[in-house]
Amino acid sequence: MTSSRQANQNRVTLRRTTITLLILVAGLVIVVGAASLLGSERLPVSNSLCALTTLGTRQCGLTSDQFDILFQIRLPRILLAAAVGSSLATAGASYQALLRNPLAEPYLLGVSNGAAVGTMLALLFFGSLEWSRPLMAFAGALVATFAVYRLARGRVGATPERLILAGVIVTTFLSSIIVFVTTMMDATRIRSFTFWLLGDLSGANSGLLPVPIAVAVVGAIILTLNARSLNLLMLGERDAFDLGVEVSRVRMTVFLIASLLVGSSVAASGSVGYVGLVVPHLTRLSVGSDNRISIPSATLGGALFVIIADTIARTVIAPRELPVGAITALIGAPLFIYLLKRV
Amino acid sequence: MLEARNLTIKYGHRTAVDNVSLSLEPGVVTGVIGPNGAGKSTLLRSLNGSLIPNSGTILLNDKPLGKLSRRAIAKQITVVAQEAELRFPITVFEYVLGGRFVWANSTTWGWESERDLQVAEAVLEETELNELSGRLMNELSGGERQRAVLARALATEAPILLLDEPTANLDLSHQAALLGLVRERCNSRRSSALIITHDINLAAQFADVILLLKAGQVVKAGTTPQVLVPDLLREVFSVDVLVDAHPVSGVPRVTPVH
Repeated sequence: MTSSRQANQNRVTLRRTTITLLILVAGLVIVVGAASLLGSERLPVSNSLCALTTLGTRQCGLTSDQFDILFQIRLPRILLAAAVGSSLATAGASYQALLRNPLAEPYLLGVSNGAAVGTMLALLFFGSLEWSRPLMAFAGALVATFAVYRLARGRVGATPERLILAGVIVTTFLSSIIVFVTTMMDATRIRSFTFWLLGDLSGANSGLLPVPIAVAVVGAIILTLNARSLNLLMLGERDAFDLGVEVSRVRMTVFLIASLLVGSSVAASGSVGYVGLVVPHLTRLSVGSDNRISIPSATLGGALFVIIADTIARTVIAPRELPVGAITALIGAPLFIYLLKRV
Repeated sequence: MLEARNLTIKYGHRTAVDNVSLSLEPGVVTGVIGPNGAGKSTLLRSLNGSLIPNSGTILLNDKPLGKLSRRAIAKQITVVAQEAELRFPITVFEYVLGGRFVWANSTTWGWESERDLQVAEAVLEETELNELSGRLMNELSGGERQRAVLARALATEAPILLLDEPTANLDLSHQAALLGLVRERCNSRRSSALIITHDINLAAQFADVILLLKAGQVVKAGTTPQVLVPDLLREVFSVDVLVDAHPVSGVPRVTPVH
């Protein structure tokens, strides 16, 4: 057997990708089940699992209070956690490939803050219109993305350092806008608002829950369809162009879709940090850097990560809650330092 | 066939390429020589559509380059440049498979077909990278990497090769081996190649025709013996040279005289 045959067998294939994704889906089902049983109110295990497997069509011996806790409180929150986690991880994985930068992440690039400012403006000016929040968040994310991209592009292209510096500049600028607006709020709103800014999934039972879920699914599909182009973009824009990638179209697609993903998740849950950094790195370490496997794996892994982080956030000091962003940052910040030393 | 007519490319007020015409014929290797800043790389970049010329036309098989899709161009023209810094791990085999991107189609769901794998294996064999194909790109030496860049370009099966100083990182034997592969492609598949090089003797050895550039203009275009004459080389490089016949191949041999 020649060694190119061996290299060929180690390659990522459609078969291997399918198996990996099926395993992740199975893991996700298990984690959703487990997370819906955990919480300040103990639910009977077998009855709850019975109700979950029938998707709430049968009560399976749960009291109506227990049934409501399961289907009106916990499950929507878990689904929101899944949508937010997969959106942020998919966006992070795509930014990293497109910008050839292992440190690119929606939170660190200022994209999350852009979406947060958009959401705040929607709350201030169109408070009664729920739909304005995800739309304005999307617009804010898009503006922040382009601002960072423009600032980072020097004569020699965007180096990782320049990109992160540009991200810091945009982040701090947007933070000051957030602080400015917050100080104009009344005292009761400030607390809930600060909580939201740190990443808070307690708003899951709003009528807008289908929005982040639909955006997460559609966004992940579109970005995965661009994965082979992103594989070449990871080698450099010029190489990708020479090999036939329509670089500007792919770049625009990633910017638009990633902004949409970040916007919809920030509008629903605030800025949950570091998900877009931690998850793509873990998936790349375990499945390799071929985006055809690493992007959809990040999508599912992100859902797993935020569901677990949120379960910790709402159980560790129950009945009180921590913002989920505090848990993800606690895991993410040390990893970021580790990666920064390796870049 | 690739044909450029009266190309002019400007960076701001500076004219990098000034009214250059050339044509790349099947089976012909064209060498481009000239001092630093003569506009060689700019010219090459415009030929695959990376740079839009300020004036002039480029025709690919008689169609204007600007009217063709990125994919259509990449199926016909491939570029070998100095490879960019790699920030993510990738094996040599995967790197070379990158050359098959334009051939992706929906029958394999965008994944590599059996033919893609066969082509990749064949070019790895050709470039003697077979043994290294499972290794990571950034574990290779500079010379091995440059061969992988050529292998990826050959894997595209594009009939027009544009090479920008492909031998800059290579030792003597690999320089000849790499250009030998390009020559072989042009002979066996009637491909055409344009090679930018600073090594005039290498150009003399492998090119059929040579384009001598200075300050963006063509000083002389013609067969190797027509272009490699002392007066022209002195005018372009501002150095006295001795031109004699290579004792083995008989092609012109250029030696600077101090």
